[in-house]
Amino acid sequence: MSDAIVAKGLKVHFQTAAGLVRAVDGVDLTVAQGAFHGIVGESGCGKTTLARALIGLQSATVGQVSIFGRDRTDWAKADRKGFARTVQFIFQDPLGSMSRRQTVGQTLEEPLQIHGIGDGKARRARVQELLDLVALPETVLDRLPRSLSGGQRQRVSIARALALSPQLLICDEPLSALDVSVRAQIVNLFARLQAQLGLTIVIVAHDLAIVREVCSSVTVMYLGRVAEEGEAKAVFSDPAHPYSQALLSAVPSPNPVTEATRPRILLAGDPPSPRNPPPGCRFSTRCPVVEPRCREAEPVLRAVAHGGAAACHLADADAHAMI
Amino acid sequence: MTAPIYQVEGLVIDLYTPTVSVRAVDGAGFHVAPGETLAIVGESGSGKTVMTLGPLGLLPEGVAVDLRGTARADGKDILAMSPAELSRLRGGFFGVIFQDPMSALNPMLKIGPQLAEQARRFAGLSAAEACKEAVSLLARSGIPDPEDRYDRYPHELSGGMLQRAMIALALAARPRVLIADEPTTALDATVQAQILALIRQIQKEDGIAVILITHDIGAVSVLADRVAVLYAGQVAEEGSAIDVLTAPVHPYTRGLLASVPDFRSENATGTKEIPGIPPNQAQLEPGCRFADRCELVQPQCRTHRPPLVKVGNGTVPHRVACPVVIAAEGIVIHV
Ligand SMILES: Nc1ncnc2c1ncn2[C@@H]1O[C@H](COP(=O)(O)OP(=O)(O)OP(=O)(O)O)[C@@H](O)[C@H]1O
Ligand SMILES: Nc1ncnc2c1ncn2[C@@H]1O[C@H](COP(=O)(O)OP(=O)(O)O)[C@@H](O)[C@H]1O
Ligand code: SF4
Ligand code: SF4
Ligand SMILES: [Mg+2]
Ligand SMILES: [Mg+2]
Repeated sequence: MSDAIVAKGLKVHFQTAAGLVRAVDGVDLTVAQGAFHGIVGESGCGKTTLARALIGLQSATVGQVSIFGRDRTDWAKADRKGFARTVQFIFQDPLGSMSRRQTVGQTLEEPLQIHGIGDGKARRARVQELLDLVALPETVLDRLPRSLSGGQRQRVSIARALALSPQLLICDEPLSALDVSVRAQIVNLFARLQAQLGLTIVIVAHDLAIVREVCSSVTVMYLGRVAEEGEAKAVFSDPAHPYSQALLSAVPSPNPVTEATRPRILLAGDPPSPRNPPPGCRFSTRCPVVEPRCREAEPVLRAVAHGGAAACHLADADAHAMI
Repeated sequence: MTAPIYQVEGLVIDLYTPTVSVRAVDGAGFHVAPGETLAIVGESGSGKTVMTLGPLGLLPEGVAVDLRGTARADGKDILAMSPAELSRLRGGFFGVIFQDPMSALNPMLKIGPQLAEQARRFAGLSAAEACKEAVSLLARSGIPDPEDRYDRYPHELSGGMLQRAMIALALAARPRVLIADEPTTALDATVQAQILALIRQIQKEDGIAVILITHDIGAVSVLADRVAVLYAGQVAEEGSAIDVLTAPVHPYTRGLLASVPDFRSENATGTKEIPGIPPNQAQLEPGCRFADRCELVQPQCRTHRPPLVKVGNGTVPHRVACPVVIAAEGIVIHV
């Protein structure tokens, strides 16, 4: 099967008064068609910047991205509307991406109008279809986004992103603003839509337990680089990178008995600033198993036991560190 | 069992804005003892914040409030206190940490002096002692290089450091009840784990009472001794963390827990959802608040408010407001 996204050597640097911020600093990423791909990592590690750069919402400093086998820059230049129909982005704050004064009905119809799809009657039928897809009642059509609950608003923004029948959906933290019980509703909605419509979905998420539950593949980022990647369940059951291990260990168990007895790794300190990443391995300032060579040479992604890859000097196909 | 240090009973809070009136808390209560952590869980809007902070006079601004019930701190009736007395109690007896550290810290003042001022005012220290205390509070809250951080402005600290600074600020007054309102919701997993460990350590060392307000079941399982589950302004279930999280009885608690995946568990439950949304608290119907979303709903659920009754006879009372499950599963009621 072909790949939905292939990014090579992607860097996004921002020039700021305080110096150069290396938000994304050399990322290779492949997302298979039909995948439900999760991107995880601590705040500021470059997840949003990467997600935006993949579809050109943010221009890359260097690097190349192809979407469904076509060079993204060329495609967007040659056929901007066609590209926009294929690829949609969902923002973290659903209110931010909707007009305050437009009703839900208008919000959903707008992309159809912009792309000149159908007449008034056909568009209204499509809006009804969209409501059914995301399980919203017809009664929300006349309401303003502000008057809806967080979960309903996120459903509206998903319905709007689906209006043009895209093949690829990129979502930046669509769950963070939601309560846990509502998170389950939205994440199940994504999984259902994917099965029903054959979508490829990339989701940036903080909630690791949910990523483990629903994603097929995952990328763990640290300070602008990929620390580890692979099949989601495989990475979560045998993480090869010390950072992935620490990140997973930080997730508490909802069962207090398990929680009281399981071994825990507490990382010291905050991640360093992407303004001056440490030399060698970027995780070397917090890594409990750091070695002298880690501070000199930057590790590259290598195949590891779970079938994916990790960027750690101590991880290869035969063995990896355990912290 | 130690006597409660903060105890609220039969609390009703109505909030009025020019356009709506909302029954935010509807006959709910809770209690917490020194050395104990009580977690108050429930979805956004269920009344967690208003119920806990309302009796202390910390209520949303620009809203008219009607508050009834009883609330006692250290045996004193706090609803009868004057605003000045209440304000004093808030500073010294209660320490509050919020989700957003900048709602507690003054952006214009350096971190250290803010802590010292708090320690001077509420813990009764001299200026010199207060300054020393501030440095030691920063160190205790896990802030590296505390002498240097003393002279920093809030914007010079990372999110995790700010959260620690706010905890230090809350501790400066040597509170006896620490209220943490969604203290880790905005933080990364690794920093969240650090902050929860810090709160636990402080509680062990100082033997204070902690109230953790959250919708994050993971945080509850790390910290809580007891849990109260709030649904639409009412307590649906309460008991020891182990009873409520591993043997829940109320259909809402069961639904809430089933929506939370546990990736360490062999028989992972997945992300089962509770269909529907909470009731509109501006137009409440009589009966069980959960009726519209409950798979087990019976006709009488819609007409009679289910009482909170004691099930099981563990040392920590386990109470549940659902007669239907109690009857269906033959659960023994204790009085
Ligand atoms: N327009 C910009 N100008 C300067 N710096 C930026 C800009 N956008 C992002 N950055 C910086 O780049 C880094 C990566 O930011 P990004 O938003 O991609 O992180 P993230 O992983 O999405 O974090 P979060 O989990 O907090 O959303 C951060 O240090 C951020 O401050
Ligand atoms: N400033 C406000 N104006 C009007 N209603 C409010 C305000 N703040 C809270 N409420 C209402 O009070 C109820 C309880 O809110 P809150 O205690 O903040 O819930 P929680 O902390 O559980 O998320 C909700 O119905 C909410 O809409
Ligand atoms: S390369 Fe070295 S410092 Fe980096 S993660 Fe591996 S062991 Fe740790
Ligand atoms: S009282 Fe009735 S509606 Fe309420 S939770 Fe129990 S069964 Fe469901
Ligand atoms: Mg982001
Ligand atoms: Mg709240």
